[in-house]
Amino acid sequence: MLRATIVAAACAASMAAHAQQRPIAADALRSGIAYAGADIRAMQADDLANPGFLWVQRGEALFNENCTACHRDAASMRGVAARYPAYDPSAKSVLDLEGRIEQCRTGRQHKPAFGRESDDLVSLATFVTHQSRGLPMSVSIDGPARASFERGEAFYTQRHGQMNLACTHCHDQSYGKRLYTETISQGHGTAFPAYRLEWQGQGSLQRRLRACLFGVRAEMPKPGAPELTDLELYLAWRANGLPIESPGVRR
Amino acid sequence: MEARINIPAKVVRNEPFEVRLQIRHPMETGYRTDDTGKAIARNVVRSVTCRYNGDLVFAAQLSSGIAANPYLRFFVTARASGELQFEWVDDAGVRISERAPVVVA
Repeated sequence: MLRATIVAAACAASMAAHAQQRPIAADALRSGIAYAGADIRAMQADDLANPGFLWVQRGEALFNENCTACHRDAASMRGVAARYPAYDPSAKSVLDLEGRIEQCRTGRQHKPAFGRESDDLVSLATFVTHQSRGLPMSVSIDGPARASFERGEAFYTQRHGQMNLACTHCHDQSYGKRLYTETISQGHGTAFPAYRLEWQGQGSLQRRLRACLFGVRAEMPKPGAPELTDLELYLAWRANGLPIESPGVRR
Repeated sequence: MEARINIPAKVVRNEPFEVRLQIRHPMETGYRTDDTGKAIARNVVRSVTCRYNGDLVFAAQLSSGIAANPYLRFFVTARASGELQFEWVDDAGVRISERAPVVVA
């Protein structure tokens, strides 16, 4: 009887936390690396071969130079990336990790912004995200983040561009199938910032999302645009539970 | 900062050990144009050398066919403890050197 009560209480708690229906059930979630070829998987699995670590290394130097006065050491950053994008009371909006670093830089350190997709910002974001490697994504969509989440979900399910495709058509309905030479993934951002062979370098999730929009011949929001942050929050929620991989390697 | 170098913490005398070198470099091919149609000048790492206590033990000539952030793996044999000295130069004339100590157990 006691056990039944505990189970019922646990169910109620989990119902409240997952009131929103997930498009892909938690036990069916697969990282993008599961759909990558053997060579890419090997490159990501070997930290010495993974070129993303060049950005981790630069990010570490930048962190030690700019951030340790407040944030003490790298270990204090463990778990941070798993919670982003998150609502920020001082910005009165949801910020992704890159946005949060820029806010710290301009608002608290009174230094000029690094700039979206600048090598410095990508390096710092990679280093900070890397501290959470292996931890499950666990963003919150409750309270003030809710409106942003809903906008992100609407963007995800709405058709875009001349191809007239929504994200959901590929990444919920067709993952595992082939698109030219590529296998369609479930569209999780847990590897990012990641090294893409196509870019010959490291880039953010927003850059990847813009590339996807370019692919369906849609208008691309500018780097740092709120639409992209909303979408990042929706994607992060959709991937809640998947471990962070950054720096991942992708084609 | 511009490269990642990995060698075993300790190596065995007269037995080959693996050296891994990853250089941070765009390896711009010279075949691309920018958004205004202007050619982007070629800038690749042309030559990489590795010396052991001054003696040349490895050298490579790279070209525009090599991807960005070249990753080189090769084997070296040491008779005594010493230092690996890496040097590479690109088309822009930037010359970078790095060192890594080798401890023979």
